[in-house]
Amino acid sequence: MEKLIEKYYRPRLPHIWCPGCGNGIVTSSIIKAIDKLGLDQDKTVIVSGIGCSSRASGYLNFDTVHSLHGRALPVATGIKLADPELNVIVITGDGDGTAIGGNHFIHTARRNINLTVILFNNNIYGMTGGQYSPLTPTDSKATTAPYGTLERAFDIAELAKAAGATYVARGTAFHANMLVDVIAKGISHDGFSLIEAVTQCPIYFGRQNKKGDASTMLKTQRDHAVTVEAAKKLSPEQLEGKFKIGVLHQSEAPEYTKQYQGIIDRAQKGAK
Amino acid sequence: MIEMRLSGSGGQGLILAGIILAEAALLDGKMAIQSQSYGPEARGGASKSEVIISEKAIHYPKVTNPNLVLAMTQEAVDKYSKDLPADGILMIDTTFVKSVPEHLKNVYHLPITEKVTAELGKALFANIVALGAIVATTKAVSVESITTAILHRVPKGTEDINKRALELGIALAAK
Amino acid sequence: MAKVLLLQGNQACAEGAIAAGVTFFAGYPITPSTEIAEIMAKRLPEVGGKFIQMEDEIAGIGAIVGASLTGKKVLTATSGPGFSLKQEFIGYATIAEVPIVIANVQRVGPSTGQPTAPAQGDMMQARWGTHGDHPVIALTPASVPECFTLTIKAYELSEKYRMPVLLMLDEIIGHMREKIEIPDYDTIEKPVRKGPRVGPSEFKAYEPDSDGVPPMADFGTGYRYHVTGLVHDETGFPNGSAAATEKLLKRLHDKVERDIDKITMYEEYKLDDAEIAIVTYGGTARSAYAAIDMAREEGIKVGMFRLISVWPFPEKEIAQLAEKVKVIVVPELNYGQMVGEVKKAAEGKVPVKPMSKYDSEPISPKELLAFVKNL
Repeated sequence: MEKLIEKYYRPRLPHIWCPGCGNGIVTSSIIKAIDKLGLDQDKTVIVSGIGCSSRASGYLNFDTVHSLHGRALPVATGIKLADPELNVIVITGDGDGTAIGGNHFIHTARRNINLTVILFNNNIYGMTGGQYSPLTPTDSKATTAPYGTLERAFDIAELAKAAGATYVARGTAFHANMLVDVIAKGISHDGFSLIEAVTQCPIYFGRQNKKGDASTMLKTQRDHAVTVEAAKKLSPEQLEGKFKIGVLHQSEAPEYTKQYQGIIDRAQKGAK
Repeated sequence: MIEMRLSGSGGQGLILAGIILAEAALLDGKMAIQSQSYGPEARGGASKSEVIISEKAIHYPKVTNPNLVLAMTQEAVDKYSKDLPADGILMIDTTFVKSVPEHLKNVYHLPITEKVTAELGKALFANIVALGAIVATTKAVSVESITTAILHRVPKGTEDINKRALELGIALAAK
Repeated sequence: MAKVLLLQGNQACAEGAIAAGVTFFAGYPITPSTEIAEIMAKRLPEVGGKFIQMEDEIAGIGAIVGASLTGKKVLTATSGPGFSLKQEFIGYATIAEVPIVIANVQRVGPSTGQPTAPAQGDMMQARWGTHGDHPVIALTPASVPECFTLTIKAYELSEKYRMPVLLMLDEIIGHMREKIEIPDYDTIEKPVRKGPRVGPSEFKAYEPDSDGVPPMADFGTGYRYHVTGLVHDETGFPNGSAAATEKLLKRLHDKVERDIDKITMYEEYKLDDAEIAIVTYGGTARSAYAAIDMAREEGIKVGMFRLISVWPFPEKEIAQLAEKVKVIVVPELNYGQMVGEVKKAAEGKVPVKPMSKYDSEPISPKELLAFVKNL
């Protein structure tokens, strides 16, 4: 592990995350997946938005962009289309990626451009101190929902699939090894990949909603997650209140930057 | 300096006609500016394309003292011939225009669309017929340059019919 | 081979970008700038470049920021509401020092306003549209040939100072067609970005040279640096100390201000013996040339100081002008924007008269002449 830290982390630790936060586990899962695949560190770019999880880009030893709130995907799209040789990995959160960045999310999925998006889902805006996000479960408490949230949460995996993502997976901070595996598969996949990484925020989500400390929240992840394989054998009643983890969807479709190369070839031959 | 306004309705090809006229002026070694009304009007309402041709640099790009107004619809006459002086040329397509302002002395009544439909089978070339009439009347550009400019802009395979449309316009104006 | 063409200002802007070596465009359709996107969609793949229509205006500028980090010269184009939406990323590109060029073809506002009608109402938004203190460079072409040359100039400035450059067209200039002689693109010097002179181990991503501008490494070349919109120090990593904040903000301003004489561009038209000076820019300058010619025929001594670079504002030159003439007139297609800057620079030495028009029509030469005669 020490070797991974030396190789892939910038000497900028300690990080800003609170004690018990799951973001460190998810970030290290990304690093382990990159290491497992042996990606060229000089040809790998990490792009993030704004928020707790998006601070990860600054700690990692690659070309990194800490962009604007909600805008990691357009910046990543520009990098990938301008230089398709680069592996482009996007780190975003539930607020960054699905509220302010929600429009970019569906359209980037629709284009099927080869980006790997790891969406850290802690069900809350942490950086600003505990406001509800589009992934906050209904009836949760948040500083902007003192009486409980009215809104229904997105199923972000289903949303990505419907929007055209060709690889969709979910993992948790508790199931860290599996998370490494589904991230690695996402990076290897030639197309738009979304990995929802369920992570705990004991300070801003946990406290307001009496979810217990970090270890309790990790146990909750363990107890409510069902692998895709196991879920096949369970009835809808048995799956009530559970969520699936693993590769939820994978399909083949033309990848955007490769298709665009076809446009260049046609234009240069003088055809329309 | 000659200032011309080509007006009608969206779809009559008047923006293109204005561009061709300005390109012909460049071929003649003159300066030219073309501008147009832009927007919803391009989709069926009154539309105008303005062309200024001069031996010298042209500063202001909009027509302020028109020497000629081509009006291919009644609405265009009503809307775009107001600032035409009494001795300015008003050229109308009699197929669509029924009344003209009384103070104008120099009105060319040309059955442009009617004639082009009868002789070339398509109203589509009315803009080129109009160009022929404008060039014959004003000598704003040479026939050679307008021919070259037209052939440069029209789709392949339509060169002959466009040339015939131009000749038809020149002949109409001569009558 | 040089070519003589009849082009729209928007077309000349797009061709200028191709001539400057632009290989990436991302944008969103909006009147009256859309032709720029349409031309880039066709032309870029012909030269091996990339075009992408994004899902919104913000994504358009976000994508060019990303593409610029890979070393490409990039363009986006917009108008009206789109210019408002792009402001946050203009600030990002300013603090993160990412060279980008934004063409804004001005139309009547606020809000949806009049999409097809000309205005010059975004001049102050160009200066102060993004939040916080920041320098800005904005250029205003007054002809189709100038749309071409100033677009190339925009890349020279953007790459040199590592910052956004705004091309402030207006609907008059964007949509009129006039003669332009386009040189062979091979003969045009392509603006070059200053790259690192040291290896990755010694490289500090935001350590400036003596010109105040840090060399910029392309992504994917092993320098592995961090780009952020947070206040950062020379390493590029966030540093929220008072000292680092002041140092960064000062440097961002200084790199432009120290070179203001090199950046400033203007034209003097019949100004030598003028008693009345018209200070204007863009499409309105076209009316001024004509009005001045008419006034001169009547023996009125009037000339024009045409702003080509509007930001940074040429305060020194306007102050000198105020020493020379008896009155300054500032015609513009807005309620009065640049006139305030002219007043500030003239420091009360001469009367400065706004001639504001905001009815969606251009100022005609006759109107301007009448205004001058009624002074």
